[in-house]
Amino acid sequence: MKFSYFPGCTLKNKAKDLDNYARKCAEVLGVTLEEIENWQCCGGVFTTAKDEVATKLSSVRILKDALKKEQALVTVCSACHNVVKQTNYAIQNDKEFAGKVNRYMAEDEYNGETQIYHYLELIRDVIGYDKVKECTVNPLTGKKIAAYYGCLLLRPNSVMRMDDPENPSIIEDLIRAIGAEAVVYPYRNECCGGYVRLEDAKLSDKKSNAVSESAKKAGADVIVTACPLCKYNLEKSGCEIPVVYITELLAEALGVKEDTNE
Amino acid sequence: MQRIGVFVCWCGTNIAGTVDVVAVAEALKKEPGVVFSANYQYMCSQAGQDLIKAAVKEHNLTGIVVCSCSPRMHEATFRKTAAAAGLNPYMVEIANIREQCSWVHKDVPTGTEKAIILGKAAVAKVNLNVPLTPGESPVTKRALVIGGGIAGIQTALDIADAGFEVDIVEKKPTIGGKMAQLDKTFPTLDCAACILTPKMVDVAQNEKIRIFSYSEVTEVKGFVGNFDVTIKKKARYVKEELCTGCGACTEKCPMKKVPNDFNLNMDTKRAIYIPFAQAVPKVATIDADYCNMLKNGKCGVCSKVCAAGAIDYTQKDEFISEKYGAIVVATGFNPISMDKFDEFAYNQSKDVITSLEFERLTNAAGPTAGKLLRPSDGKHPEKIVFVQCVGSRCDACNEKGKEYCSKICCMYTAKHAMLTRDKYPDTDVTVFYIDVRTPGKNFDEFYRRAVEEYGVHYIKGMVGKVIPDGEKLIVQASDLIAGKQLKIDADLVVLAAAIEPDKSARPLATMLTASMDTNDFFTEAHPKLRPVESPTAGVFLSGACQGPKDIPETVAQAGAAASKVIGLLAKDKLTGNPCVAQSNEMMCNGCSTCERVCPYGAITYEDKEFRMPDRSTLIRRVASVNPAVCQGCGCCTVACPSGAMDLKGFASEQIIAEVDAICK
Repeated sequence: MKFSYFPGCTLKNKAKDLDNYARKCAEVLGVTLEEIENWQCCGGVFTTAKDEVATKLSSVRILKDALKKEQALVTVCSACHNVVKQTNYAIQNDKEFAGKVNRYMAEDEYNGETQIYHYLELIRDVIGYDKVKECTVNPLTGKKIAAYYGCLLLRPNSVMRMDDPENPSIIEDLIRAIGAEAVVYPYRNECCGGYVRLEDAKLSDKKSNAVSESAKKAGADVIVTACPLCKYNLEKSGCEIPVVYITELLAEALGVKEDTNE
Repeated sequence: MQRIGVFVCWCGTNIAGTVDVVAVAEALKKEPGVVFSANYQYMCSQAGQDLIKAAVKEHNLTGIVVCSCSPRMHEATFRKTAAAAGLNPYMVEIANIREQCSWVHKDVPTGTEKAIILGKAAVAKVNLNVPLTPGESPVTKRALVIGGGIAGIQTALDIADAGFEVDIVEKKPTIGGKMAQLDKTFPTLDCAACILTPKMVDVAQNEKIRIFSYSEVTEVKGFVGNFDVTIKKKARYVKEELCTGCGACTEKCPMKKVPNDFNLNMDTKRAIYIPFAQAVPKVATIDADYCNMLKNGKCGVCSKVCAAGAIDYTQKDEFISEKYGAIVVATGFNPISMDKFDEFAYNQSKDVITSLEFERLTNAAGPTAGKLLRPSDGKHPEKIVFVQCVGSRCDACNEKGKEYCSKICCMYTAKHAMLTRDKYPDTDVTVFYIDVRTPGKNFDEFYRRAVEEYGVHYIKGMVGKVIPDGEKLIVQASDLIAGKQLKIDADLVVLAAAIEPDKSARPLATMLTASMDTNDFFTEAHPKLRPVESPTAGVFLSGACQGPKDIPETVAQAGAAASKVIGLLAKDKLTGNPCVAQSNEMMCNGCSTCERVCPYGAITYEDKEFRMPDRSTLIRRVASVNPAVCQGCGCCTVACPSGAMDLKGFASEQIIAEVDAICK
């Protein structure tokens, strides 16, 4: 099975592990991720301003590229996924926006045809947890893992359609599939502070601390996330337990993790 | 050729402000068939009607066109005027030059031009009108009330009081509905049972009222005055006529772990049960999902202890057919499921409950015998947080909850808060609200007492998250007035869940061909002027099935619905609508298309003998319309491939004449 793959900027520098292990695990699970050529930044944030078109064009190009190859698109960074998916939804549901976007396109029109999977959805809906179990050579038995969703992965639900944003289970199900214990804690879908860190680091610390303390209190050994910004904020705010990318943990279970000792 | 009179109404300035009424009257005078034309300030007034009557006599008019407001407003008025002047009432046509013209146009030339066109169309139609006579049908003098809550109970009592027979069909084993589950009622704080149970007893003892409990309506046929209804009496495995309600079986049944839905599953009951002490009828019912005897034939304890010999494990569902003249829908409401509201941790913590559950927790007959105790550990809660508007007034794109205001929550939350502070003054009570809405007699005074006398903390702002934290709950919320984010501890969180129509309402509406809104509330015939009637003739609405309502409003509406029913049942014959479909048998080829599209089941087929030109006879299958059932919607006239179907009063050639007049 081949999919178009959009890693996004952060995965090329700060979040190399998220990208690296996502590809390796996919190979083990029988999926090839073909990186889109000449991609640009997703735009970073999906602005809800309806007349804002320019920052969304790079997402459209990504989606169009996948369509040209007749492949579904896979993303892994929560923020990128959110922007690309929201852009696609806007094209499907807002004719005016779609019209404006297409005036920028040199070739054929794009009308929201591309199917988008977040890496977690790819595992749940295409690969299946049974396949993950089958391929797990190093089950993480006994490890207590807290899934941290953040906000962008699941919201807005009317667009993302991934899981119940108030009581999700998609990461916990994967944690269980690789033999570990999923720690469910109340703050797992709260905000880390996001880009507020740039302006008000204290507020971001407060938000992040609430998450990490809640996970720690629930007995977690490690927190996993799919979002580079969440990981950055949790670590920056002094989280006492390790925060790793979900793909890294999956790589460990599938036996493809390199010992980097960073 | 008709002799038509045209009457242009000013409607004060409503029409005359944007339409040159004199010019309209002048222009229409030149139309074919028009022999008289006039304008007047208020055509619907007595003087206006007299003007019409005089003109009919003086000019020997055979048809009338009134250019005025919508026919929904005054068509009936002018038909009566015509009848009084000796004309057939169906020779009157209304040109709607108010709602469809003067109110939507701003300048006089446009308005006038359009009014003239509309008038021309009406004249063209009247030229082809023929006198119509409505048929008559008899009335079955018995009413059916679907739902045995306070709405259904009040409607049934009022109808019976007028001397008519009433049947109540209630799907639960007892009547009483939601009100039977409540503790106290706002704003006077009478105990719900104390005011409800006497009414339940009245129902049981009333000779005119029959109760079909544990029963459902499964089929409705017929039409106003003549409904044929099938009622399914579900097997309760107890002979109602023998059971004395002694309760011996409910004490001895060994199956103790049956969730008690009357207490919202906060405790358990036996597999044979009487929902509550004052149930009507006071008859036991076996829950077949839990009864060992019914499941695997091993038990039979209830049968052994029943002195009356009322237990019957072989009982089957029974179907009863009855005839009714009128049907009242009183199917009520339910709180919505909290499954989509995990931010409030309803499914994560036992100490997050809904208001109806709180009601049972404070009810002396409830699972805690009226002591307010936490469901998780049975301890007394010292801090209670009430959250209003949970699932009410939601954004449509949110995909959870309802867009409407559930109306009763502000008042019952104030009641809960006040009663808690009254009974347990040591308990700290906080209410989070978006707005407090208390329009009703003595309602705002009640709410203010909760705040001012009982010291309930009202905080304007919504709760974003409830976090279970050990034995406690942490409530994360915003205080909009202080502009602060709050995190407060609570021992118990009570959610004022939105209410929605009962799930049985939608299939019932289909059976009754009664319309519903997007929220599955039954639609009234007119939101202001006909609030208790469904648009479907003979179907009436009582209580929360029509929209969120508190008890005083429900009882008022129940009485109003009853009076409408009484008005209908008091008649011996009903005059039908003559504007019904009619099949031209010579053109009908018996294809059944019209039967399939008819939403009212008014069309049947019969084999009819036709005399052929050569004097032989031929039997052909042709459509036949029951004029009493037909509502004149016109679906069949459009669907008929051979053009055999036509609607009286709205015949195809009349409609085409109107279109031609407009397009000329």
